[in-house]
Amino acid sequence: MPIESGWATVGPFFHAVLPWKDGGVMAGPETKGEPITILGRVLDAEENPINDALIELWQANAGGKYNHPEDTQSGEIDPSFQGFGRVAADAEGSFTVKTIKPGPVRGLGNSWQAPHIQISVFARGVLKRLVTRLYFEGGPGNEHDPVLALIEDEERRETLMAKPDPKESGRWHFTLRLGGPRETVFFDV
Amino acid sequence: MDPIPYRRETPGTQPPALWPDYRSTVLRSPRKPLIALPHTLSEVTGPIFSHDRLQPNDADLTSQHKDRPIGDRMIVAGRVIDENGRPVAGTLVEIWQANSAGRYFHARDSRDAPLDPNFTGGGRTITDDAGQYRFITIKPGYYPWQNHENAWRPAHIHFSVFGPSFVTRLICQMYFEGDPMLPFDPIYMSVPSEAGRKQLCAAFDYDLTVPGFGLGYRFDIVLRGRDATPFEADDHAH
Repeated sequence: MPIESGWATVGPFFHAVLPWKDGGVMAGPETKGEPITILGRVLDAEENPINDALIELWQANAGGKYNHPEDTQSGEIDPSFQGFGRVAADAEGSFTVKTIKPGPVRGLGNSWQAPHIQISVFARGVLKRLVTRLYFEGGPGNEHDPVLALIEDEERRETLMAKPDPKESGRWHFTLRLGGPRETVFFDV
Repeated sequence: MDPIPYRRETPGTQPPALWPDYRSTVLRSPRKPLIALPHTLSEVTGPIFSHDRLQPNDADLTSQHKDRPIGDRMIVAGRVIDENGRPVAGTLVEIWQANSAGRYFHARDSRDAPLDPNFTGGGRTITDDAGQYRFITIKPGYYPWQNHENAWRPAHIHFSVFGPSFVTRLICQMYFEGDPMLPFDPIYMSVPSEAGRKQLCAAFDYDLTVPGFGLGYRFDIVLRGRDATPFEADDHAH
């Protein structure tokens, strides 16, 4: 039986190919749903900004439907929304993504997953991508979300919560910490 | 009904997060255990890209500029399959690499080696129905890096592949069989098993070699596959 090819870091020199033009603009004016801006940061274990990270995002549309043939939930695909984003961090380790808030997605069995975005982090020094999820602080369904429930430590659960901007609605702050005392929860998929 | 899950990662196939021989991992590796995520719709779906994503000459890195780049022209081709040996059709494959002098077309690569105005080192293609891809490029050069005293990366090409789902994503590096730098390279050596490392080495292939044009190298890529025996996952449904 073939074995999965071994991962390697993206290294520091991927910028000419991987970050697509407008890769951080996942939704346009015609996309259904609540437009949001995610203001993200990527930090290392000593809280230094990671200026050569690449972030990929994958999410359902406003109706909770993925643009993929295996999503057989009822609900419609929004032709203006693929649900994929890819953006490189800047010199301050910051990135900006414009998208819409995803709807809730069916979980296993009869469970429902609260609105969330799948996140992959790639960088020099990261041999295999790190996988996490972004949830929305105070979001509907967070308290019943089966994936959040897997994280026993409530303080660690907080690392997955994007925080609303205190001044401007629709703007969400999300910090990824690849190590250190406030290390983000990462998943084995 | 619940989605059919993918097989979990096979132990011994993947590099650890913390690999001190590769210094940059030290501050960029989570230390708390990863939490196993069951495969829901969010994991078994993923982006699918159409040919609209491609530009002419995306798969021919030697024809993207006014003239031909300097270096040994070569063909790199192979198949993308899954752990069950099935072809992964219609998936996006992206590559990037240094030029023949071992320098990247990149603002942060300030090494004392020439840039080649005819080579930017980026390519893109989509696999055919048999999972096959093919690039024309030049052989990348060696380059030194700061990881340790007298450190040189083996010649390599970076590959990024999506596969059919979020779970199947892969970024790896293709090396060349017999490259003398391989045993000294902590990135190559971070793949635990010898079989896994060997699989990352492209082999010279006469059949892919084009007379009067360039040598051929075969590089097959294996993505995660589904559990071989799908089960009725309705035990959650009550």
